[in-house]
Amino acid sequence: MTLSPRRLAIDYGLLILLAGLVAVFAVAEPAFLRVNNLFSILQAVAIVALLGVGVTVTMIAGGFDLSVGGLAAFVQMAAAYSLVVLDGSTGSAILLCLGLGILVGLGNAVLIVRLGIPDLLATLGMLFLLAGLQLVPTGGRSIAPGLILLDGSTAQGTFTDGFLALGRHRVWDILPVPVLVLAVVAAALWLVMAWTRFGRVFYAIGGNELAARLAGAPTRLYRVAAYVISATVASIGGILLAARIGRGDVSAGNGLMLDAVAAALIGHAVLGANRPNILGTVVGAVFVGVLLNGLTMLNAPYYLQDLVKGAVLIGALAVTYGLAPRRA
Amino acid sequence: MALAVRGLTKSFGSTRALADVSFDLAAGEALALMGANGAGKSTLVKILCGVHGADTGSITVGGTAVTFASPGQARAHGIVAVHQSVADIGVPTLSVAANLLLDSVCTGHAPVWVGGRGSRRAAAAIAAGIGLDLDLSRTLGTLSLAERQLVAIARAVAHDPAVLILDEPTASLSAPEAERLFTILDRLKSRDVALLYISHRTGDLRRIADRIVVLRDGRVAGRFGRPLDLGAALHAMLGRAVGQATPHRPRPETAPVLRLSRTRLAPGATPFDLIVHAGEVLAVTGPVGAGKSTLAGALFGLWPLAAGDMEFAGRPWRPRSPRDAIRNGVFLAGEDRWRTTFFPATVPFAHIAGTISFPFLDRWSRTGLVARAAERRAAAARIAEFGIRTRGPGDLPSALSGGNQQKVVLARWHAEPARLLLLDEPFQGIDVGARDDIVRAIRSAARERATIVFVNDLEEALAVGDRVVSMAEHAVVEEAADFAEPGTAAAGDPHPLRPAEAPPCHRPPRP
Repeated sequence: MTLSPRRLAIDYGLLILLAGLVAVFAVAEPAFLRVNNLFSILQAVAIVALLGVGVTVTMIAGGFDLSVGGLAAFVQMAAAYSLVVLDGSTGSAILLCLGLGILVGLGNAVLIVRLGIPDLLATLGMLFLLAGLQLVPTGGRSIAPGLILLDGSTAQGTFTDGFLALGRHRVWDILPVPVLVLAVVAAALWLVMAWTRFGRVFYAIGGNELAARLAGAPTRLYRVAAYVISATVASIGGILLAARIGRGDVSAGNGLMLDAVAAALIGHAVLGANRPNILGTVVGAVFVGVLLNGLTMLNAPYYLQDLVKGAVLIGALAVTYGLAPRRA
Repeated sequence: MALAVRGLTKSFGSTRALADVSFDLAAGEALALMGANGAGKSTLVKILCGVHGADTGSITVGGTAVTFASPGQARAHGIVAVHQSVADIGVPTLSVAANLLLDSVCTGHAPVWVGGRGSRRAAAAIAAGIGLDLDLSRTLGTLSLAERQLVAIARAVAHDPAVLILDEPTASLSAPEAERLFTILDRLKSRDVALLYISHRTGDLRRIADRIVVLRDGRVAGRFGRPLDLGAALHAMLGRAVGQATPHRPRPETAPVLRLSRTRLAPGATPFDLIVHAGEVLAVTGPVGAGKSTLAGALFGLWPLAAGDMEFAGRPWRPRSPRDAIRNGVFLAGEDRWRTTFFPATVPFAHIAGTISFPFLDRWSRTGLVARAAERRAAAARIAEFGIRTRGPGDLPSALSGGNQQKVVLARWHAEPARLLLLDEPFQGIDVGARDDIVRAIRSAARERATIVFVNDLEEALAVGDRVVSMAEHAVVEEAADFAEPGTAAAGDPHPLRPAEAPPCHRPPRP
């Protein structure tokens, strides 16, 4: 295949743009290219990228999971509640959070696979449910050590050092733990989705569920698995979020869902894939992170952030749907 | 003369679909157009409706020579068609009345405010035009296929056509429903509408046709007037005699692979028995809705039988899912390959190799990692075996011709040995040459397994099967008498029909 400009734009447009952005920012502000800054970009996008990877898994299976943002916020509050109010250990907090994630994933699966509610509607409902549920135990207040509880007593627990390290520690003083977690989760899911027969079944269900079922794939099981994977990954994101901010913040989940979905959609345009793919989602999240970090360094006002994200998303969608050859 | 067609010729690439086709159609006359799959019937209809342009030849409507650039222009000249797939006609969520008015609404001739008394009156007028006796406020989707067919005809008649083209209108109708349709067609004939009626059901033709034109391989192979000699027309259509019941073919010396006893496909349907032997190709035929797909699905584990027992390879057979069936060597190649087999290009392995390997990945990659090189080698071997014309295993099925697409479907289900192979409409949307290839492929690999082919078209059933049984109303009725003239095959003859000669396929002359 010859590399026409159009083909080049479809396959490498986003990567070329990313390289160009890095070059511009590096020239304008030399501090941008420092290893520390690059890792803080990655740290800033790690949680959004994780949620995006989860959404990508459901998109590969032909679904959608809007509830990841609400779930991450909910899990973040649950972690804080477990540590501060219940005075639990690091391990029990993590287990509680992962357990809640799996439960929510199964709940989504029941609504979508069992009851047949359209995925967008079911997970939108779940998003609201979780966003509201996280406010109930504390009467709508954020959770920090020394919180006065609803019954008038004072919370005895605190965020353990071990738990906080999940969000703040840097391995070898350079690699933030959330970035490491993202790398491990994304690499594992990429391996499964791109190279194994299990990944093929996920993609096959997303492309033509009837054909997959008639070829012997247990499609319902895989669809349930997709929502459970998505929710589990989102709850890992919630754990990292709690560890990062060191308290249970009722407003921490704002915007997470939209950013994660945007990363997954931008990922469609990476390397001309034209389909949901794990690596593309990570690149999409990093792309937005680089852009925001660079603009901040250049003293662009913070209120431009959403404008920039919107422009990137629309550009990527234009490549995916407008430039790419029409497919039957 | 309502319609005069002279010397119509049409080629698609190197394939000549129509060669020098001429016929006349008078007002108030019903002309039946017969032809096997790939004979050029649908090409002819598409040219008459303005979907395709002809390469050469002329069409004259009411004495005026016309050329159509679009279906709208054909309609403006009074040629209106009711297409075969009635299930797709109209908007199923709208009422009958709204569907009857759909054409005027969509072309902008309707008043701005719709749904009021004026609309109801307009819809009632359209319904009255064919004597349609239906509650117009019912939702189209809740109607039976037959009723939807009548709605489609009412819509067509509302255009006040000079020529009405009906493409196999009785394919999914029961006998009383078909009679209701014929009554309406009689009324149209008496109003001087010319009917071009496409079918090769002898019952239909005897009831409605005044004359018959037979197409074979794109040419007019015969013209028949009153009194209609349907046997001769069928002979002209197939290029050979059909319908002779031959003595019972000796059963293969093999054990039965599949045995159905006292089987009911639907509650209240007649129970039936069926035995299929190893090495045998059984063709199951019957109209749409007769239960062919229900039977195939029950054998493949898509749904349970309503009643009765299945025995497969000597053991009770109750597959719980397609997965269960495939593991036990029961494969189903579904009808409508794009719906049931192929993946859209957004799937990374939509190519031929991935399509073929997909059902067998759990056997071929026990670790879970897909061995892509082995997958490609397997696909290349199948491509050679089935003569699939393609650049290689990495090609997308959408880049292939219909016949080659169907060979990919067949190749997939020959990638591992089957004990029972079910093929649902394997000749859909392919030309006669490709059909012969596929018949040969099915028959040459049939020795080691039992094969059941489900086809609507009796001629295809005769071409592929060692034995043909027909289905009606969710039961196997072990005869195929509908096709043949009464007398040549006695109704109720327990012996199934056999094609008169073997191999029963004819190749079209290569242009």
